[in-house]
Amino acid sequence: MGAATPAAGSPPTKHPRHLLDLAGWTAEQVHALFDTSDVMAQVMTRTIKKVPALQGFTVGTLFFEDSTRTRLSFERAARAQSADVISFAAGGSSVSKGESLKDTLKTIDAMKSDLYVVRHPAAGAPLQLTRWTDAAIVNAGDGRRAHPTQALLDAYTFRTSFPGYAGFEGVELAIVGDVAHSRVARSNVELWTKLGARVRLCGPRTLLPDELGERPGVTLTHRVEEAVEGAHAVMALRLQTERMAGGLLPSLAEVRERYQVNRARMRLAHPDALVMHPGPMNRDVEIEGVLADDPRSVVERQVANGVPVRMAVLYTLLVGSR
Amino acid sequence: MTRPANGSEAMSEPHHGGDRPTPRTVLRGARLIDARGDHGVHDLWLAGGSVEGVDLGGDAELEIDARGLLATPAFLDPHVHLRTPGQEEKEDLASGLAAAAAGGFGTVVSMANTDPVVDDPAIVADLVAQAAALGRARLRPAAALSLGLKGERLADYAALQAAGAVMITDDGIPVVDSHLQRRACEYVRELGLVIQTHSEDPSLRQGGVMHEGAVSHELGLPGNPAEAESIMIFRDCEVARMTGARVHIAHVSSERGMRVVEWFKAQGAPVTCEVTPHHLTLTDEAWRAFDPVIKVAPPLRTADDVAYLRDAVRRGVVDCLGSDHAPHTRAEKDRDALRAPFGLPNIEVAFPLLYTDLVLAGDLDLARLLELLQGGVARVMGWPEPTLAAGAPADVVLLDLDTEAAVDPAGFLSKAKFSPWEGRALRGWPSMTLVAGRVAFDRAHA
Ligand SMILES: [Zn+2]
Repeated sequence: MGAATPAAGSPPTKHPRHLLDLAGWTAEQVHALFDTSDVMAQVMTRTIKKVPALQGFTVGTLFFEDSTRTRLSFERAARAQSADVISFAAGGSSVSKGESLKDTLKTIDAMKSDLYVVRHPAAGAPLQLTRWTDAAIVNAGDGRRAHPTQALLDAYTFRTSFPGYAGFEGVELAIVGDVAHSRVARSNVELWTKLGARVRLCGPRTLLPDELGERPGVTLTHRVEEAVEGAHAVMALRLQTERMAGGLLPSLAEVRERYQVNRARMRLAHPDALVMHPGPMNRDVEIEGVLADDPRSVVERQVANGVPVRMAVLYTLLVGSR
Repeated sequence: MTRPANGSEAMSEPHHGGDRPTPRTVLRGARLIDARGDHGVHDLWLAGGSVEGVDLGGDAELEIDARGLLATPAFLDPHVHLRTPGQEEKEDLASGLAAAAAGGFGTVVSMANTDPVVDDPAIVADLVAQAAALGRARLRPAAALSLGLKGERLADYAALQAAGAVMITDDGIPVVDSHLQRRACEYVRELGLVIQTHSEDPSLRQGGVMHEGAVSHELGLPGNPAEAESIMIFRDCEVARMTGARVHIAHVSSERGMRVVEWFKAQGAPVTCEVTPHHLTLTDEAWRAFDPVIKVAPPLRTADDVAYLRDAVRRGVVDCLGSDHAPHTRAEKDRDALRAPFGLPNIEVAFPLLYTDLVLAGDLDLARLLELLQGGVARVMGWPEPTLAAGAPADVVLLDLDTEAAVDPAGFLSKAKFSPWEGRALRGWPSMTLVAGRVAFDRAHA
């Protein structure tokens, strides 16, 4: 696991103990984590896809909101390194409405995990948990706030799929759709700007508050053509149909007409631009169905990269910090 | 002692503190300050539940060394949640009124959003009787504007007033139905009671848990815009003007909301307003720590709003302070940001906090701060101005303006032993509070 040590020349600063968001991580630490991901990706190509790196560690997945895809990706990442995995489905009716976050955690923490992977519908819940346990916490999505491993695997996918721009200098990322409610968008903005890229956010005003454009390296536009023009990667966000009922959007037809990422609009992008989507997709709503299957689409690669990137995260937090 | 409601018969109150005789008491060597001015250092004599006079002779049954302390009328609070009846796990009368006395308050107005709701004269009478027997701060209950706080039918205001209710409010739940608000104001006007409003438009605030702005968008927490407050304040002031009823706008939190109040006041509308200690000292930036202790309604706003509120306090636009002391259990506040309840306990730190952050910081005169806690509240409620004059109620607080001490929630008398100001070094701690001539709080023996 030599790749887990920072590359020569990187500052020796220690990464944060938890992965709640990417605020405390430097670009060097992120690239070191990507280097580790390269090693992990290589492991996943072997006949026996397992290393003993995390033998003796226990990883608990604590999902207060269902997400089979994300949970399975983390569990695969833990088991591929020989960690024990305990899964707690805390969503729906299994946690009483009145129970405090602290009480729920204390019950589970009696089983002594070394690290918890937490998904929660409320922003900040993983941060709250760090106050009540000695275990490391990895945020697997908290409300609208952050989904750092998704952003890491998105950026890692770009780094491994767009040769010549692995340093992210001069890269333009367009994120299109329901930005206001998207933890994926927030984490990608935080990460890609940290790595040196510029991010263009695009959506109707109801889903794209002006305040999100106040960050350095970020621009807002309400015209998808403007967002896509010359972009190196275009990320479409899942559109929740509740947004129509909630009075935030007119008809689906109008949204499709004005904001869908499709082949015609991708002609304005960089010729080698990648099409990304954090999944699950609404085909022919936020993204044109045929475009999702186009060679420019890296949607499947994003899912596949989830495992090595999450392996690197678990390894870095559990072993890299000891 | 009774405080007559404006234009009505003085209500009867069981003898405060029970049937024990009130000792003749002297507060030796205190600096006396009240609405009439700074009277310098004197001995203040109390007898029979009233102020007897200064520098008198004779024997004292109780001698209190008040040298180095400031003696001033005990504070009044038009806005506390004592959670009784029905939510005594959060606070009960004994803990809440002891906490109030510890904060220097001699009289508090309790809100009606309890379980059952205070919409029944028997509940009001019971609260008054129970509180009097405790001998802590005096309790003056508010009663509900609508039956069950459902926003549908008017409560029996005259009967509630006769039982001891001093304010009409659905606080905690905005009155959505403008017609109901109008009829309540019309009906209550002739009774001389003040109507207090929790002015937020629920359809605009939606599921907002914090102020909507740059911080909420960054943190991804649902926002509650200042306009949800200002729009409803406009309606409530307009109905006050329309009906002539006295309307008190609770906990104004935003510049937009305060500007609306100012606009109506300039036209002579019968409106008053309060601000809370937390809206004067904390901002939405506090959410970065994701501790739902600071989840309050209306929410903590921006630094610009705080500056505007402070300025409104200085300019006299703000009539009084209201603590909105709103205790919850620690477990409730250990829920996530979406599910934790709104409200924080603050009555024990309100004065030291504002003395330190506003007066010592040079933002406000001590006299103005005291007015916001004494005469300002009395005028809003229609009560006599509290003073230390002979014959006034012997409700007195002794303040230690010199000793610095850190906020220690574990030592709170409130059941809610947590605070956003935990660890803050503050000055201005009340040393002792006397109510009706009896010691209701003594820090040396707390
Ligand atoms: Zn209120």
